[in-house]
Amino acid sequence: MRLKIVFSFVLFALIFNPFTVRSEHSDEGGDSTDIRAEIKEDILHHLQDAHDFHLFTDETTGTHYSFPLPIILLDGGVKFFMSSKFHHGEEIAEVDGNYYALHHNHIYKTDAEGTINYDENHHVTNAAPLDFSITKSVFSVMIVSIILFLLFKALGDGYKKSANPKGLGKFLEPLVLFVRDEIAIPNIGEKHYQKYMSYLLTVFVFIWFINLTGLTPLGINVTGNIAVTFALALMTFIITQVSAKSTYWKHIFWMPGVPVPMKIILAPIELLGVFIKPFALMIRLYANISAGHIVLMSLVGLLFIFNNWFARGAFLGLTLFLSIIELLVAFLQAYIFTMLTALYFGFAVEEHDDHH
Amino acid sequence: MEKLISEFSVGLFFWQTLLFLALLFLLRKYAWKPTLIAVNRREKGIEEALESAELARKELKKLQSSNSALIQEARDERELLLKEAKAMKNEIIAEAKSKAKEEADKVLASAREEIKIEKSKAIEELKTQVADFSFQIAEKLLLEKLSEKDKQSDTVKSALNEINFN
Repeated sequence: MRLKIVFSFVLFALIFNPFTVRSEHSDEGGDSTDIRAEIKEDILHHLQDAHDFHLFTDETTGTHYSFPLPIILLDGGVKFFMSSKFHHGEEIAEVDGNYYALHHNHIYKTDAEGTINYDENHHVTNAAPLDFSITKSVFSVMIVSIILFLLFKALGDGYKKSANPKGLGKFLEPLVLFVRDEIAIPNIGEKHYQKYMSYLLTVFVFIWFINLTGLTPLGINVTGNIAVTFALALMTFIITQVSAKSTYWKHIFWMPGVPVPMKIILAPIELLGVFIKPFALMIRLYANISAGHIVLMSLVGLLFIFNNWFARGAFLGLTLFLSIIELLVAFLQAYIFTMLTALYFGFAVEEHDDHH
Repeated sequence: MEKLISEFSVGLFFWQTLLFLALLFLLRKYAWKPTLIAVNRREKGIEEALESAELARKELKKLQSSNSALIQEARDERELLLKEAKAMKNEIIAEAKSKAKEEADKVLASAREEIKIEKSKAIEELKTQVADFSFQIAEKLLLEKLSEKDKQSDTVKSALNEINFN
């Protein structure tokens, strides 16, 4: 039953993928190098954050089906306008006498004609205002946060009526128990785990659900943004350092149980480790989700490069298979992130010296 | 690395942090705390229920074994009591028998004695009475016979008639 749902979900995702819709139209006239370039462009475009919520584009008429999102710029005061003002990057937005252009999903300050200047390395030299826009990723985070809040508030409220969860809670409570019994308690220990539960639970459900949105046909890619994974890893880092007990610092700067010269050698290595751990967290999540999106989109792209029904069938099967793998990865990455976070918290509050 | 840094969006970082912290505090207040408290309470309740059930089971077992011991004890006691009662009954019966016999013997003996005494008394009385009667008769006779000559001769005549001289 569950497998059936997964299959129909993946099929739906494939059929209504905005990328799929778009490529079909270009297939009619273009040759294969055109398609390849376009696929590459599309994948790169998809991996980046966007300033409007793009659903799909009808290439025969050149119409973009999307809805605008608010743009907030810090450029000598707060500039606020809707992204529809850019007309999908085709026009220059004028606000309070300043001109802004959208170029490869980045907003630059320009003159009235929208001139973009490049240096010899083809980097844009125009000034870029601080961009606090509600981008597609921010918008997705908002929606997912609201959904998560409503879902788990329902779980919390359910206990007012009965000690056993009903309905939706029957599905959600095992998630809470999973984080507590499989992640928090084994890694942090019975004594200290409770104060970290809120963070671990929130990180787990947030990453998992936001990863799952990346597999919908909406083409959302939140955890494939380095800024998002950086924010998450930074929180883990700060909580670890703030809650660390003296034993933790002693193990970093003056490792007990080893000779003095070793202590001196180990100190910088251990100190480096303090930063490498959250850095690895950040890169792991970012790379896994980005890679998953690239692979899936490339496979879908291959369906249009091959003009052979046998190959198309084979790639369709492979895409289906990898989509299911990605469903697993979505959960796995949330689990690994939470598990390693709990492990680092465990190091921070460890009290005994007998683990060498 | 350079690409990662150029890809880094301060705005996205800002919003992600803000939204995540908001989500964290909201969920902590409305979801995680009530859930974890309820789950802990439920688990504690189950544990306690199991423990008390185990305790009750043990208690019952103890009670059952003590019960059977009690029953055995009662049975033994009853047996003992019965035995004692039987012995006492026999003893009482034997005693009663011997006592009754003794009493009967005594009564018999005294009765015999009494009879003997009464008998001799009666004989003595009879003797005196017979003597008395004899005297009275003799007296009467003598008086009568001596008062009337005719009658005396009649008597003698009748007496002579009665006597057969053969």
